Amino acid sequence: MIKVEWFYWLIAAFFLVVAYMVFRDDTNPRRITSALFWALLGLCFPYSSFVVAKTLPAWPLGLTVVAIACIAGFHGLAHGTQEKTTSPQERQRLADRFGNKLFVPVLIIPVVTGLFATFGTKLSIGGQPVLEPLSETVIGLGASAIVAVIVGMWVLRTPHPAVPLHEGRRLTENIGWASVLPQLLAMLGLVFATAGVGKAIGDSAGQILPRGSLVAAVVLYCVGMALFTIIMGNAFAAFPVMTAAIGFPLLIQHFHGNAPAVFAIGMLSGYCGTLCTPMAANFNIVPVALLELRSDYAVIREQLPTAVPLLACNIALMYFLAFR
Amino acid sequence: MLVLLGVLLVVVGFALRLNPMLVVTAAGLVTGALGGMSPMEILDAFGTGFAGSRSIVIFLLVLPVIGLVERNGLQEQSRRLIGRMARLTTGRVMALYLLVRQATCAIGLLSIGGHAQSVRPIVAPMAEAAAVKRHGRLSRRLSERIRAFAAGTDNVGAFFGEDIFVAVGAVLLITSFVDTTYKLQLRPLDVALWAIPTAVCALLIHGFRSLRLDRTIAREVEADAARGEPAAEATGEGFTAGEEVRP
Repeated sequence: MIKVEWFYWLIAAFFLVVAYMVFRDDTNPRRITSALFWALLGLCFPYSSFVVAKTLPAWPLGLTVVAIACIAGFHGLAHGTQEKTTSPQERQRLADRFGNKLFVPVLIIPVVTGLFATFGTKLSIGGQPVLEPLSETVIGLGASAIVAVIVGMWVLRTPHPAVPLHEGRRLTENIGWASVLPQLLAMLGLVFATAGVGKAIGDSAGQILPRGSLVAAVVLYCVGMALFTIIMGNAFAAFPVMTAAIGFPLLIQHFHGNAPAVFAIGMLSGYCGTLCTPMAANFNIVPVALLELRSDYAVIREQLPTAVPLLACNIALMYFLAFR
Repeated sequence: MLVLLGVLLVVVGFALRLNPMLVVTAAGLVTGALGGMSPMEILDAFGTGFAGSRSIVIFLLVLPVIGLVERNGLQEQSRRLIGRMARLTTGRVMALYLLVRQATCAIGLLSIGGHAQSVRPIVAPMAEAAAVKRHGRLSRRLSERIRAFAAGTDNVGAFFGEDIFVAVGAVLLITSFVDTTYKLQLRPLDVALWAIPTAVCALLIHGFRSLRLDRTIAREVEADAARGEPAAEATGEGFTAGEEVRP
């Protein structure tokens, strides 16, 4: 069976290669601490396998992540000044040479990912699933990356695997600490949940509970989902809390709403919040780094004018469709 | 209620633009402590949270191939391609991508698109090139705006497409949580169907904004020209040559 852990180990190997390259990069003003950042991050991934399997304690991992955060937070992470990729002029020439063949490796990614997502769940040998259940899409994305890099090297006549590794390291360094931030936020979410933040917010939302008014209850549920998602960065974390506080007792039990409609639209109200928050780093902060934008909030700014009217639509949809 | 101080810490930290890594770590430690967790329990929660969320970074595995094709002129080729399609404006590129992203996510193909695998190498350069084709050079501010809009379009398409698919995390979370907590029996298909009205609204709202983007760009180009803002550092040549962007 192909296991998702293999791909996490592959990520780990990639981070360690990045660490090595950074360590060798004399143009990096913070060579040692930067290399340490990537190396520690790389070591966290295989260790996590044992944490998930509950064969090793989780706290050393937590401690390492705090160390990683401190390296990044206290300006220990930098990257080299010397650019070792092709110049814009060279790229024009290379584009002349390869033309639309350049799209082949990029299009391999969706094709292979799509195949894994569609057929991956059905594959089995002797009753054993070929892909680890519930991880088919993650495995698909990882596998597509491997296939794409092989095809890319062939199509673009790249003799040495150091070239894609080097380019991958360049892009990863560009993303920098933003590549770990989503996981840090997931950690924070877990602490929030364990410490009872959700319950505290749910209780206070429950206290302004408008018993008599359906409109007010719908608005409170939808806006509450959006706001709590903005705080937690994740609608999945907000959903159980707001549903326990308002959604179920008020909208379902008291006003007899249509449960699938209430919950589906409630979750999507949370997604409107996801569009507005830096806490959803993988959607809103990582692309800032990937697209080399100067403002951390550039993506959120472009999403706000969609998120706000869409939240209003959700409120109207729930009010008019779920209580008939 | 004291634990809400941790939330406040996050809000204030982000508002003051402190380094998010420190803000988040500090908020975790403080919230845990206020919630009565021992230092060991907090670190345990950190570790468990990290280990459980590793799938978020799997997209990094596509960076080597993206870097490889970019090195060989992918973004340049994306621009040329758009240059040959006279009718494709920035707004239409965005609207088209929104539609495709939403439709593919609705049939469960969430990870075939994304910021690393489609926005950076293809969609953003095309959107920018379409504007350059029309207006000549763009100010850096405007080209960044177009790129950010492209990233936002990917998010909107993904969020409001995926929930129509039955086997997606959100639908299964709703049904499993509600069924176990309240002893209801929801069918995932019903939940997924009720995601359709919102999906249509999202398509209309963001599609409308995408198509209006052309007018916004035209207005901004005029304003830039009037202000005499230098288009010198501006693009059309892309965001590739490793300029220092993040502080």
